[in-house]
Amino acid sequence: MDLSQINPLLLLASLMVAATPILLAAIGEAVVEKAGVLNLGVEGMMITGAVVGFAIGVNTGSPAMGFVAAAVAGAALSMLFGVLVLYLMSNQVATGLGLTLFGLGLSSLIGKPYEGMKAPSMAKWDIPLLSDIPVLGPILFRHDPMVYVSLIIVTATWYVLTRTRAGLILRGVGENHDAAHALGYKVVRVRLMAIAFGGACAGLGGAYVSLVRVPQWVEGMTAGAGWIALAIVVFASWRPWRVLLGAYLFGGITVLQLNLQAAGAAIPVEILAMSPYVVTILVLVVISLRGQHGAPGSLGRIFHATH
Amino acid sequence: MTGDSRQADALLTLEGMTKAYPGVVANDQVSFSILPGEVHALLGENGAGKSTLVKMIYGLVKPDAGQMTLRGESFTPVNPAAARGSGVTMVFQHFSLFDALSVAENISLGMDNPPDRRALSTRIRDVSQAYGLPLDPDRIVGELSAGESQRVEIIRCLLQDPKLLIMDEPTSVLTPQEVDILFETLRKLTAEGTAILYISHKLEEIRSLCEHATVLRLGKVVDTCDPREKSARELAEMMVGDTLHVPFREAATPGPVALSMSGVSMKSPNEFGTNLRNVTLEVRKGEILGVGGVAGNGQDELLAVLSGESRAQSGTIALAGEDIGSLHPNARRARGLLTAPEERLGHSAAPEMSLTENALLTGAVRENLVERGFLRWRRTERFARKVIEEFDVRTPGPDNTAGSLSGGNLQKFVIGREVLQRPEVLVVNQPTWGVDASAAADIRQSLLDLAHHGAAVVVISQDLDELMEIADRFTALNEGRLAEPVPTQGLDVETIGLMMGGVEKETAA
Repeated sequence: MDLSQINPLLLLASLMVAATPILLAAIGEAVVEKAGVLNLGVEGMMITGAVVGFAIGVNTGSPAMGFVAAAVAGAALSMLFGVLVLYLMSNQVATGLGLTLFGLGLSSLIGKPYEGMKAPSMAKWDIPLLSDIPVLGPILFRHDPMVYVSLIIVTATWYVLTRTRAGLILRGVGENHDAAHALGYKVVRVRLMAIAFGGACAGLGGAYVSLVRVPQWVEGMTAGAGWIALAIVVFASWRPWRVLLGAYLFGGITVLQLNLQAAGAAIPVEILAMSPYVVTILVLVVISLRGQHGAPGSLGRIFHATH
Repeated sequence: MTGDSRQADALLTLEGMTKAYPGVVANDQVSFSILPGEVHALLGENGAGKSTLVKMIYGLVKPDAGQMTLRGESFTPVNPAAARGSGVTMVFQHFSLFDALSVAENISLGMDNPPDRRALSTRIRDVSQAYGLPLDPDRIVGELSAGESQRVEIIRCLLQDPKLLIMDEPTSVLTPQEVDILFETLRKLTAEGTAILYISHKLEEIRSLCEHATVLRLGKVVDTCDPREKSARELAEMMVGDTLHVPFREAATPGPVALSMSGVSMKSPNEFGTNLRNVTLEVRKGEILGVGGVAGNGQDELLAVLSGESRAQSGTIALAGEDIGSLHPNARRARGLLTAPEERLGHSAAPEMSLTENALLTGAVRENLVERGFLRWRRTERFARKVIEEFDVRTPGPDNTAGSLSGGNLQKFVIGREVLQRPEVLVVNQPTWGVDASAAADIRQSLLDLAHHGAAVVVISQDLDELMEIADRFTALNEGRLAEPVPTQGLDVETIGLMMGGVEKETAA
C-alpha cells in the first residue's frame, strides 16, 4: 500500500463534497422532527429530488434550475406525506416507509430516458482572496455554491430554532402539541411547513448527488443516504451543529476509506466500506452520552384536536 | 345581591351558553355573571360541564348558542389569543407546559407580544417576586416540582395583566404550603380588581376563598350561593342534587398482623425522590392505617417498596408472617398484597389500552385471566364489566381506553379493580385525588367495606379529612421517616401537625 498517494488537502476538500447530500437531508429532517413529525421518507424524497434535479438540469442546461426543481419536487412529495399524516391521521412510520418506496419507484420511472446522460457541469467558486490562503484556501473556499448553500441552511436553521419566536413555536409544537394547541398555536400548519422544508432540503441533497457528486443519473443512486441522514439526526440529538459534525464525519470517513481502498490498504474492503457508518454512530453516541438530548416530546404522535 | 344588580356591575356575563357534543349536551342554557375582584367558584361533579364552559370563555370551544358580554361589550373569542387579548387568561388542570423548554421560553409561548429575552427574564423575576412566587427564568420546566410548574402558568397569565383569570383545579397537585402561597397570590390579585373563576373539587378551599358560587349539574345551572355561608356538605349536596352519602364505618376489633415492615431503608429510584429511612409499621386485618404527610416525603417510595416495584432487603417486609421483601410484584399479588399507585395515567393504568386490557394488567394473577400463556379474554372482559358495574364507572363499555375516562371515573376503576380481587392487604396512594365528592364517598366506603370484611388497608393520602374519616390509626411520613402510628379517634390537629413535621409529641398516643 502506498499511503503517499493520499493527499490530505484533497481529502479534506472532497470531504465537504461527500458530506453535503447527507447534511442537507439531515438538517431538513431535524427541523421536521423538532416539529414533532417523524418522516421516514427522506430516502424517497432524496431520490426524487435527484432525478427531477437531473432532468431539469439536463433540459435547461442550468444546474441552478435543477436544484430549484429538486427542492420543489422534494417539498411536493413531502406534502403528500403531510396530508396523509396530519389530516388523515395515518401512522407516521408506515406512511414514511411508503413514501420511500414510492419515491424509489417514481424516480426510476422518471429517470429511464436520462440514463447514461451527463449532467451540466457546475462551476466551482474560487472565492477571491480567501481561496488563495495556503492550505485552508483549497480545502474551504474552492467548492461549488451548493456546499456554501448547505452551510448557510444549517446556520439559518440553528438561528431560527434557537433565537427566533418562529423557532420557539416550532419547538413548542414538537414538544407538546396539546399544550401548543391549548395556547392557540396552529399545530397542523406549523408541522406542514416544517415537513415542506424537510422535503425541500432532502430534494436538494438528492440533486447534489446526481448533479455534482456523481454527476449522472443512475437508478437508486442515493443508496441509503436518506437513512444515514435519519440516523444522524437522532444521534446528533436534534441539534443543527451536531448534525453538521455528524454529516462531515460521515463524509470524511467515506472519502478516507475510498482513498485507502484505492491505495490498496491491507484491510478487507468490507470493513473499510462499513467504517463510515460505525465511526459516525460511535462518535455521536459518545457525544450524546452527556447532557440533555431527549427527543421532542410529541415526536411521532398523532395530533388530534379534541374540542 | 340580586341577579340584576350583579349583571349591571359584571365584568363578564354569560347568557344562555349552550354546547352539545354527539350524544351529550355539555352545557345547556348556562347563564351567570362574574364581578370584578371576585373569586367565583364553579361547582359540579365530574362531567357536569365545567371544563366545556371555561373552554368557551377561553376561546377553545365555539358555543352552539348563547352570548357573552365582557365589560359591556359583546365577547366572542375565536381563539385563545383573542381571549388573552381581551384580558381573559387560564391556568389549566393538566399544565400546558413544555417540559424541554426553559421557564422563560414557556412563558414567552403563552404571550402574544413577548418582550425580548432579557427584558422578559427581568419581568418574570419582578412579577414572581411581587406575588410571592419566586421563579428562575432559565430553569428547564421538566425539572420543576408540580407547585413550581404551576407558578410558571400563573406568572404567564399575570404578565398579561388579566382582567379574568380562569383556574381549573389549581390545587390538586399542590402541597398545603403551596396552596397557602397560591391563595395569598390570588387574594393580592383580587385586591387589584382581577376576577377569578375558580374550579375545584375541594369544597373547604372554596369555602375559604370564594365569595360566590355557581353550581352546575348535567350542564345546567342548578343553584348559586355564597359558599362562605354553606357547609362543605351542603355544597356537595347542591352538586349531587341529593343527600350525600357519608361513609359508614362499623366498629371492629382488628385481627392478627397482616403486613409488617421493620426498619426498611431504601434509596429512591428517582433522582428527585425521597429516600425511605428506617420505616417500621404494622397493619392488622380489618384495620385501616392512614398515612398522611406533605407530598414528596416518601409516599411514592413507600408504595413502590410495598408493591414490589422497588425491592427491599429480604426479611424486612412480611405478609402474614411470610417474608416478601425480595419478591417481585406478581408474586406479591399472588399472596394477596395489592396496590394502587397515585398517578392514574401511566402508572396505575395504561392510557392507550382498553379497560379490559387494563383489568388484565393487574388482575391476571388473582383472577386467573391467563391460561398456559394464553389470555382468557372473555373472563377478563367479565371482570372489567364487574368493576365498571360495581363501582359505577361511567363509560360506554370496557372497550374504551383508560385515557378516555374522566379522572374520577378512572380512579373508581383503578380502585375497584384492586378491591374486587379480594386483597388480603390493599395499599392505595391518594385514592380520591381529583375526584368529586360523591365518587370520593363511594371510594372511601369501598375501602371501609374491604376492611370490614377482614382485609388490611393502608391509605396514603394528603387529604387529612379523608384519613380522619376512614382510618383507624394515623401516621405521617416526613422526609422518608414514618411516625409512630396513633389512633385517629380523638386525635387533635396539633398532634397531626407535629407528626407531619416530624416531631413526635411526648404525650401522644
